[in-house]
Amino acid sequence: MMEATNSQSAELKNALEIKDLQFFYGSFQGLKNINLNIAEKHVTAFIGPSGCGKSTLLRTLNRMYDLYPGQRAEGEINFYGQNILDSKQDLNLLRSRIGMIFQKPTPFPMSIYDNIAFGVKLYETLSRAEMDERVEWSLTKAALWGEVKDKLNQSGLSLSGGQQQRLCIARGVSVKPSILLLDEPTSALDPISTAKVEELVHELKKDYTIAIVTHNMQQAARVSDFTAYMYLGEMMEFGKTDELFLKPKRKETEDYITGRFG
Amino acid sequence: MPDKHLSSQFDNDLNALCGSLLEMGGLVESQVSIAMKAFSQLDSDLADQVMMREAEVNNFEISIDQACTELIAKRQPTARDLRLVMAVSKAITNLERAGDEADRIAKRTKHILEDSASHGINTAEIRVSGQMAVSLLRRSLDCFARLDTVIAAEVVNEDKQIDEEFKAFVRKLTSYMVEDPRTISVGLDMLSIAKAVERIGDHAKNIAEFVIYIVKGTDVRHIPHDELTKEANS
Repeated sequence: MMEATNSQSAELKNALEIKDLQFFYGSFQGLKNINLNIAEKHVTAFIGPSGCGKSTLLRTLNRMYDLYPGQRAEGEINFYGQNILDSKQDLNLLRSRIGMIFQKPTPFPMSIYDNIAFGVKLYETLSRAEMDERVEWSLTKAALWGEVKDKLNQSGLSLSGGQQQRLCIARGVSVKPSILLLDEPTSALDPISTAKVEELVHELKKDYTIAIVTHNMQQAARVSDFTAYMYLGEMMEFGKTDELFLKPKRKETEDYITGRFG
Repeated sequence: MPDKHLSSQFDNDLNALCGSLLEMGGLVESQVSIAMKAFSQLDSDLADQVMMREAEVNNFEISIDQACTELIAKRQPTARDLRLVMAVSKAITNLERAGDEADRIAKRTKHILEDSASHGINTAEIRVSGQMAVSLLRRSLDCFARLDTVIAAEVVNEDKQIDEEFKAFVRKLTSYMVEDPRTISVGLDMLSIAKAVERIGDHAKNIAEFVIYIVKGTDVRHIPHDELTKEANS
């Protein structure tokens, strides 16, 4: 059903290539025939009404659904040539390469420092000095260092919502992933924190590939390079964000983004 | 805009915006029409009437631009809604300038009347192109109201005829001036009027091009006419 608009021209390298992806919640098919490439070091946004499958699609990209019985995916998701849907895929390794940030900030009930160090310790053995450096680096990447550098031993839960979300992003980048999946990362945040996270997304795409699910269409328009419009589990339209928001190819997309969707 | 938004207030705002544009267009069309009548009949009262209403045109431009800005700020329109708002904002600039040209025609007509010397210059081309300009302006507004790209393409095409009339008049005027230098003063007023008419045609053409932009999403300014027609009929 997707328009053949592979606007991602040849010079763009794909971080993920999704081919004929189907997803099932038991007998209910949540995703139908998804074909999509996610470009390296660019931001790809998924928009669509509630229940359209955008979060489901995001959750397949690091197999988050594996935690739930009865959910399964078919097809292929090639991550630099390797099919991550393969049953032999090491899931811990996968999730360190493809990190995820959720709608509600989920800091661990431990210090700000340990929130970052905890994940790093799972994958790497670092000296104290190296770990200090990694914590500072991660917090700097998440534009949080200046605000927390004097209180690294305080609980992560003592931070404001916006700071907690940036802490989670810092935790996400601390293991040096290649892709970050953001599932409505700002829907629980105030406008200023939202602006900071959006600014951060813009900074992070220099080093990371980012896929973001958002209910806020203006946010998709602001932060993404490519946008996919999904409806009832299908990819309706995919293209460059600038084109999709000014001159969408399908009437369904236009009705949705102009607020005519009833 | 046939389909309704989830927010009926948004529909109301967009409809009001289009309504104001057409109202302003009606005023400008009447200004141009009366200015041409003042020129053809050398009627000073009609020229005064045009000059008095010029401020109304300017006020329309300011209030509609304000409405466009507010709508963008409050609704963040996208896709064809955004194209509509952008096109309205640009179309009113064209209308305001067409209004300025009507004012110029009125002023120059008064100048010709004050300069009592008889001139004997045949102004058929200006009168003919004046009628064409009024008709083009009316049709450009019609196609805006109906979002009709076929009429829009015709308007763009027909603007060329006004340009031809203008060139023909300039050639004729030059020969009058060469033959009798006493016609130079009044000739310059007429040149100014002929140029104003030609500009009004250009503004109507621009408005028609915005209609194609709203409907098709393609910017058809500065492209060859056959491509424009193809786009409008696609």
